[in-house]
Amino acid sequence: MPQIAIIAVFFLWPSFEAIQLSFYLEDPWGLSNEFVWFENYQTIFEDPEYVGTLIATLIFSLSVTFLSLGLAMLLAVQVDGLLRGGGTYRPLITWAYAIAPAVAGLVARFLFSPQIGPIYDLLNPDGEPPWFEPALDSIDAWVVITSGAVWRQVSVNFIFLLAGLQSIPRSVLEASRIDNPSGFSRFWSVTFPLLAPTLFFLMVINFSYAFFETFAIIDTVFPFGPPAGAASLVYKVYVDGFKGADLGGSSAQSVVLMLFVLALTVVQFRYLEKKIHY
Amino acid sequence: MTTLTLNSLQKTYANGTHAVRGIDLEIFDGELTVFVGPSGCGKSTLLRMIAGLEEITSGDLMLDGSRINDVEPAHRDVAMVFQNYALYPHMTVRRNMSYALQNRKVPKAEIDRRVVEAARILQLDELLERKPAQLSGGQRQRVAMGRAIVREPKLFLFDEPLSNLDAQLRAQMRVDIRKLQRQLRVTSIFVTHDQIEAMTVGDRLAVLNNGELEQIGTPMEVYSKPASEFVASFIGSPRINIVSGEVKAGTLHVDGFELPGFSQISDQPVKVGIRPEDFVLESTAKMSLQIDLVEELGSDELLYCVSPTGLDYRIRRPGGSGHKVGENITVSVISEKLHLFSSQSGKRLN
Ligand SMILES: Nc1ncnc2c1ncn2[C@@H]1O[C@H](COP(=O)(O)OP(=O)(O)O)[C@@H](O)[C@H]1O
Ligand SMILES: [Mg+2]
Repeated sequence: MPQIAIIAVFFLWPSFEAIQLSFYLEDPWGLSNEFVWFENYQTIFEDPEYVGTLIATLIFSLSVTFLSLGLAMLLAVQVDGLLRGGGTYRPLITWAYAIAPAVAGLVARFLFSPQIGPIYDLLNPDGEPPWFEPALDSIDAWVVITSGAVWRQVSVNFIFLLAGLQSIPRSVLEASRIDNPSGFSRFWSVTFPLLAPTLFFLMVINFSYAFFETFAIIDTVFPFGPPAGAASLVYKVYVDGFKGADLGGSSAQSVVLMLFVLALTVVQFRYLEKKIHY
Repeated sequence: MTTLTLNSLQKTYANGTHAVRGIDLEIFDGELTVFVGPSGCGKSTLLRMIAGLEEITSGDLMLDGSRINDVEPAHRDVAMVFQNYALYPHMTVRRNMSYALQNRKVPKAEIDRRVVEAARILQLDELLERKPAQLSGGQRQRVAMGRAIVREPKLFLFDEPLSNLDAQLRAQMRVDIRKLQRQLRVTSIFVTHDQIEAMTVGDRLAVLNNGELEQIGTPMEVYSKPASEFVASFIGSPRINIVSGEVKAGTLHVDGFELPGFSQISDQPVKVGIRPEDFVLESTAKMSLQIDLVEELGSDELLYCVSPTGLDYRIRRPGGSGHKVGENITVSVISEKLHLFSSQSGKRLN
C-alpha cells in the first residue's frame, strides 16, 4: 500500500529518528555521540527561553483561535442575514476566501512596515523613539504575527461558520422569532448551540494551525528573523536545529511538538466519535 | 375574544412577485378558518404576514381592533405550527415546549403545569426528555402542536402541518386537530393545498387563487354554491364536469341539449358545471352517453363517459351497479343543480 509506505517514509521514520536523537548529545561536528537519557529534555525545560517560547506560543495560539473565530462569527452572521434576505453575494464571498489566506503574511508585513505601513504610522504618531517597533520588541512582534495569523484564519473560519449558519433551517429561526422577542437571546439559545459542533471543530483546527503552522507567517513578516522572544515553538525548532546545529535539543523539542499533535489528534477523534448529539 | 381582520392586504416580494393581491377577510372568534388553494397561490405568504414573519406591503392587519402590521412576531401572541415542524433540534421535547414561556417570564410552576397538560392531551408524557431526532414524524408533529398549545395564544397558525405525514396518519391527525381545536376553542388558521383536508377540518374555507380571495364560506356553501369556475373545479373530488354552453333568451344550450329556466341570465356564452353525483340515470332521459371506463372505488364507482359530440363526462354512482365499458346510458340533470359561470370572468351567474 503506497499510502502506508509514504507515511512510513515521511512521517514514522523521521519521528523515530527524532525520538532517538533526543536521547543523545552530539557535538556540533558530529564526531562524538553520547547517550544522555532525558538530559536534553531537562535542558530545554530548564531553559527560560524555551519555556517562554512555549508559553508565548500557547497564548498566541489561543489568541488566534478566539480572535479569528470571533471576527469570523461576526462576519458570518452579517452575511448569513444578507443571504437569507435573498441577495446574490456568493461570488464575492468566494473571492475573499480564495485570496485572504494567500496574502495573509504579506498583508501583515505591509500594514506594519516601518517604511510604508499605515498601522505602523498610526501606532507611532510622534515619530522618535517609536512606541511600536515589531522588529525590536517581542510583544509588538507577536501583535504583528497574531494579526497575520488571524487574518489568514478569519476567511477559513468564515466559510465554515457561514455554511453552518446557512444549514440552520429557516423555519427553526422563524419559530424562534415567534417564541423569543430578543435577537440577542435568540442567538445564544438557538443559533449558537446549533453551531457548536462546527465551532468545536474550528477551535481544534485553528489552534493546530496557530501552534504548528505559523512558521510561514513569521518567515514572511521577518525575513531576517523575529526579535528575541517572538518565535513560535516550531520556528525555534528550526532555528535551533538547522541554524544552531543543536540536534539533540532540537529533537527533544520536536518530540514535545509531536506530543502536542498527538494530544490534539486524540481530542479531535474523541469529538468525532461523539459528534453531534441531537 | 379574538377577531382578526385583514383589510386589502398586499404583498410584493423584493424580486417583484406579487404574491398577495388585496385580501379582505374577517376571521371569527373560536373558528378554524382554512386557507386553501393550489400551490403558489399565496397561502403561506398570507399566513406568514399574519404571523409577522413577512412584511406587509400594504393594507391593515387588525387584531382585536388594533393595527399589528409592525408588531414583532413574538409580541403578536400567535403560535405557529410549521410544515417541517421547525423543532429546536438541540432541545428536549420539554424544553421545546417551555422555551417560549421562559422567554415570556411565565413562572416556572405555571410552565410545568402547562407542559404536563399539553403532554397529556397529545400523549407525549413518555417523550418529554427526548430530542427531536429521536422521534418519529408523527411524534414530532405532536410536539409542534404541543409547543403551540402551551403558549395559550390568541391565534393558532398552521402551515400545511400534515403534509409530511403518510396518508393514514394524516387522516388521523386531521381528526385530532379538529377535535383539539373544538375543545380549546382557539381561533385558528389552517393552510393546506389539499381540498379534502380543507373540507374536513375547516369551519370556513377561504379559497385563494393567484393571490386573490375567490370565495369564503362554510365547506358546504363553497361546495354547493361555488362563486367561480375556479372554486368549482378546485373543490370537490372527483372533479366537477365543466362544459361550454350558451344562454339565449332564457334557455341554456349545452352539448346539443336545451334547458329552459335561466331567464334571469342575460344572453351570453357560459361555462356549465355539473357535479359527477348530480347526474340522474333515467331510461327516458334525452342525453345519451357511452361508458369509456369504469373506476371501482368500493362504496362508489366513477363512470368516464363520452357524449355523441365527443365531450367527456365523469359520473358518480353507488358502487356495484354492474355498468360495463361500451354500454350506452341515458342521463338527465336537474337545472337547479347546474352551476353557470361567465365565460369571460369565470364568476357565478345563477
Ligand atoms: N421569499 C420569497 N421571495 C420571492 N417570492 C416568493 C417568496 N416566497 C414565496 N414567493 C412566491 O410567492 C408566491 C406565493 O408563494 P406561497 O405563499 O409560498 O404559496 P403557497 O403557500 O400557496 O404555495 C409564489 O409565486 C412564490 O414563488
Ligand atoms: Mg405554502
